[in-house]
Amino acid sequence: MIRFTFPDIVRGLVSGLFWTVGLSLIAFLGGGLAGFAILMARLSRNRIVSRAASLYIEFFQGAPLLMQLFLVFFGFSLLGFNISPLATAASVLTLYAGAYLGEIWRGSVESLPRGQWEAAESLALGRWAQLRLVILPQALRISIPPTVGFSVQLVKGTAVTSIIGFLEITKAGTMIANATYRPLMVYGLAALGYFLLCFPLSLAARRLERRFHAPADKR
Amino acid sequence: MPPLINADGIHKSFGGMEVLRGTTLRVDEGEVAAVIGRSGSGKSTLLRILNGLETCDAGFLSVDGERISGLERDLRRLRLKVGMVFQQFNLFPHLTAGENVMLAPRAVKRLSRPEAKSLAGEMLAGVGLADRFDAFPDQLSGGQQQRVAIARALAMRPRVLLCDEITSALDPELVGEVLEVVRKLAAAGMTLVLVTHEMRFAREVCDRLVFMHNGVVGEEGKPAELFSRPQTPELAAFIGQAGQGSAGR
Ligand SMILES: Nc1ncnc2c1ncn2[C@@H]1O[C@H](COP(=O)(O)OP(=O)(O)OP(=O)(O)O)[C@@H](O)[C@H]1O
Ligand SMILES: [Mg+2]
Repeated sequence: MIRFTFPDIVRGLVSGLFWTVGLSLIAFLGGGLAGFAILMARLSRNRIVSRAASLYIEFFQGAPLLMQLFLVFFGFSLLGFNISPLATAASVLTLYAGAYLGEIWRGSVESLPRGQWEAAESLALGRWAQLRLVILPQALRISIPPTVGFSVQLVKGTAVTSIIGFLEITKAGTMIANATYRPLMVYGLAALGYFLLCFPLSLAARRLERRFHAPADKR
Repeated sequence: MPPLINADGIHKSFGGMEVLRGTTLRVDEGEVAAVIGRSGSGKSTLLRILNGLETCDAGFLSVDGERISGLERDLRRLRLKVGMVFQQFNLFPHLTAGENVMLAPRAVKRLSRPEAKSLAGEMLAGVGLADRFDAFPDQLSGGQQQRVAIARALAMRPRVLLCDEITSALDPELVGEVLEVVRKLAAAGMTLVLVTHEMRFAREVCDRLVFMHNGVVGEEGKPAELFSRPQTPELAAFIGQAGQGSAGR
């Protein structure tokens, strides 16, 4: 049996943490693009497009993330494609984040008074100009706090990818705990890792929330 | 000369409820028309159809000799000719007063920034707000916001301006400054269609009074005549109520 020193344990966990961060970033950026596409589809006047987008949202919000991972991971191997844990994790989390971000942003757009659309429309702005110049700038402000809040969920959500063998911090922790028989310490350190990632994000989300809900006095 | 606005036999239903049942309205160039009527009689709906915010189910609409269909391209052409001011101002809160006015001339008419800026300055001066160019809407009083909204609509140089109860959301002491702007526009020859509850103002400023009732124009004519000799009991009753309601102003 290999003997793990404390620095070995920390090193193992930090390299897992690195992949947690990487996966989170990929999922957030990919999910941002997917979410924007979903937002546009939801706002489309084409009923079919908008309905398809809401089905997408319902599916990815309705099924447990774990099931989505299993479906993609085992589904593709059944079909004879060998898809790596990273590719599986990245694509599933991207689709998952896209659904949530799209829904958050749609909520922000829809929280704006109808009068904003109508004023823009009455000034002969086309649909895209209405969105770009009037609606999105206002929706963006509203959506920043919940978007940052969701990023915390996403970071924690990456933990489930350990199940399919993706070596992020939870998977690293499991392996090290099994080898060292010191699960409490190892998982405690892993939890500390998540905390170090998520706490600043939560803090930022709360700050932003307060700032955007403060009475508009100074600009 | 053909009328500037020619709406003929306009029908509009929401769900099963028929709000407009063959409304006919003609407004000549330079005319100031006031639309009055009970709440729910379809005044706002008519105005919204006139600038394409709603499409009508049946009827004929032409503005400035151009026939309007429900197609999007036509509606944008319609909106270039027809400006609208809303009860709730609907200023863009993320933009300054000046930027509110500049937005459409820049985005739709492709004016350069300096051009749009000088146009906005001119328009804001016209409503007495030259010095509030850089103020955000939430830094302005309701009356000032509504005047910015008027300037914003006028910056597109519409042929006609539609005003839907533009003083109803204002504190009483702020109503006067907005009506003053409307009065100036009327004097300058702007074509106006005003939905209003300000009966005294309608009588003083408007050339024509249009009384909507049950989704049609119940009666119309010169304000003085309509007020003194209403032909229908509905209008007589409406004038009686409105007279009491706005007695305080
Ligand atoms: N988008 C809509 N969907 C459903 N019903 C509507 C819609 N817009 C208006 N209505 C209904 O149509 C009727 C006429 O409304 P409208 O706003 O035109 O009346 P109005 O004469 O402007 O009344 P008010 O003086 O209260 O402003 C009302 O009963 C209203 O509830
Ligand atoms: Mg109305």
